[in-house]
Amino acid sequence: MDWMKRLLLAALLAAALPAPAQEKFIVVASTTSTEQSGLFGYLLPVFRKKTGIQVRVVALGTGQALDLARRGNADVVFVHARSAEEKFLEEGHGVKRFPVMYNDFVLIGPKSDPAKVAGGKDILEALKRIKSAAAPFVSRGDRSGTHIAELDLWKLAGIDIAKEKGPWYKDTGQGMGPALNTAAAMNAYILSDRGTWISFKNRGDLVISVEGDKRLFNQYGVMLVNPAKNPSVKKDLGQAFVDWVISPEGQKAIAEYKIGGEQLFFPNANTPGA
Amino acid sequence: MSEALGTALRLLADLDPKLVEVVLLSLSVSLTAVAIAALLGFPLGAAIAVGRFPGRKTLIVLLNALMGLPPVVVGLVIYLLLSRAGPLGSLGILFTPSAMVIAQTVLILPIIAALSRQAIEDAWREYEEQLRSLGAGRAQAALTLLWDTRFSLLTTVLAGFGRAAAEVGAVMIVGGNIDGVTRVMTTTIALETSKGDLPLALGLGIILIAIVVAVNAAAYLTKELAQRRYG
Amino acid sequence: MKNGALLPLRLHEVSFAAGGRTIIDAISLEIEAGRSTVILGANGAGKSVLMRLMHGLLTPTSGRVEWSAAERAGEPRKQAMVFQRPVMLRRSARANVAYALKVAGVAKSQRAAQVHDALEGVGLAHLARRPARVLSGGEQQRLALARAGALHPEVLFLDEPTASLDPSATREVEAAIRAFDAAGTKIVMATHNLGQARRLGDEIVFLDQGRLVERAPVEQFFSKPQSAQAAAFIKGELPWIG
Repeated sequence: MDWMKRLLLAALLAAALPAPAQEKFIVVASTTSTEQSGLFGYLLPVFRKKTGIQVRVVALGTGQALDLARRGNADVVFVHARSAEEKFLEEGHGVKRFPVMYNDFVLIGPKSDPAKVAGGKDILEALKRIKSAAAPFVSRGDRSGTHIAELDLWKLAGIDIAKEKGPWYKDTGQGMGPALNTAAAMNAYILSDRGTWISFKNRGDLVISVEGDKRLFNQYGVMLVNPAKNPSVKKDLGQAFVDWVISPEGQKAIAEYKIGGEQLFFPNANTPGA
Repeated sequence: MSEALGTALRLLADLDPKLVEVVLLSLSVSLTAVAIAALLGFPLGAAIAVGRFPGRKTLIVLLNALMGLPPVVVGLVIYLLLSRAGPLGSLGILFTPSAMVIAQTVLILPIIAALSRQAIEDAWREYEEQLRSLGAGRAQAALTLLWDTRFSLLTTVLAGFGRAAAEVGAVMIVGGNIDGVTRVMTTTIALETSKGDLPLALGLGIILIAIVVAVNAAAYLTKELAQRRYG
Repeated sequence: MKNGALLPLRLHEVSFAAGGRTIIDAISLEIEAGRSTVILGANGAGKSVLMRLMHGLLTPTSGRVEWSAAERAGEPRKQAMVFQRPVMLRRSARANVAYALKVAGVAKSQRAAQVHDALEGVGLAHLARRPARVLSGGEQQRLALARAGALHPEVLFLDEPTASLDPSATREVEAAIRAFDAAGTKIVMATHNLGQARRLGDEIVFLDQGRLVERAPVEQFFSKPQSAQAAAFIKGELPWIG
């Protein structure tokens, strides 16, 4: 009986938690597409080496990321949905918005191209053709930056997608990766950010159908969460991150990040009104 | 599928440091949750098994039903509680392994309490007269039964561990799947799946299953050895 | 008796009913210290229930069970019971006996010696470390006796202790019971086995269908039974009541 009791005690002690990190850290709420592009994996160690601050990224859809920040559970917000970010500022949850970088969206579609849009340079024309052909189209449907961009494009194309969608339009409510998986499985069209597409491995028969249209531009903004509304925000550490990301050093690091030799993000903190 | 198997073997052979980190965190979180849930759940199950009080049957039904708590719901509730703006926000443990342990403990506590209650109630039927004859009160009888049913209770613990190690909904929400801090096996598998790297995801899945099997095997061996000694 | 002794035990018109059936019907009885009492009767006569009523495991639906000294909670029990099927804890033989001492509040330092004595008394000292559950039926029942007797109870109840055992195990258990009797413990034993009643009993309390039908010293009961039921039982003619 004694050795059994001893074994039990040892097991309980061995299951003790790892000690909590003693170093300084901040929580950055960002989007799944940004994290999955691998940018943070490249960028954050550089920042940490310089300042000793560990950045913990919680990657969610834009809507959820902003909600996280509203509750004070993040110190900095790093997303790509301008209208949602401005609303966030209006509500008083953010201190100031700085443009950081941009990448672009691409329209992905099946090789078979049922809507006949491949190779085109006009995204609005492509969307109109997809609707007329009732070709399968996967939407993220999750209030993310990509989703909001998609909805804006339908509007620009003169289509009220909420009213005019049919069974060909699949509103999935998923992140970029899962949505691409779905599109690959269904051989459907889908709007994706270039970064996620480049790293995506399960392409099936999908290829880039339309790219390069200026309206596919995807701007990223960074904001410090307002400590006046949420006293628990680490404002000095958070501000250090915001400052670094828009500094020449941070911007250079962003430009240096490549996948397969291709640059994914284009720093533009100096561009006013971005 | 064979690619997944190959990936799994390669990861294990290389002892990829990221993999080791993730596995150790998974084990640490789930084993700690199981330990705490057992510490709380066994006395609870024993008390309900030997106790007689109004509402006992309702409590048993409720406990059994809570075994089916959806992990994602548990995660959401704990998230709101631990939110910096929430009631327990001052603890500052959201997005840390501690929050994950709490969420998993809440998730498996009903399993351990309900199953131990059943095992001890069955034993009580056999032991009640003898223990009362010796003069043992209810509390003492409960403790005695907890020790005597220890082999059944080991199975209960394994059931709890299996549930904790396999779930992703709760730890994803309260942990945030932060690289190097709160990323465990299940959230890594979810992440790799969403990135479209299915062979890697499946490979990790195979490793996870292998670990759970190993834990069960170790427990079984311990039980066999002990049973041979104590009958 | 003013010296704190439990005996004599008095039953006043004790009845017990369950599930709409009367199992014990208005039994009045006085159990005194000294000679061993055997509760005899056919299966279903109510022996087991009567034993449990006396030991305190069951509460009578009417009537009173009165010991001469009050049993206080938290104090070691001065009466013990051995059941037809022994219930052994999943531990060694000696740990089982130690458990009884622990419940009674005996200090840990004193338990080892008392455990050893108890096991020696029933001839099981050589099996002290064996897991109790792997012992044979007879050994387990002797262990139950050692456990029950470790606290030197005033009264030892035994409910058909050898009904599940083979003849040689039965002999071993009966020898152990006789040892307790010789040491001064009051034996109250239920059995349906005539030979055993004759071997171990000094007086017979005969039950039939929940009623106390006859009570007499053992030889008188067997040579000159006063009631028709007793006579029929002894002759082996009493029908099975089930």
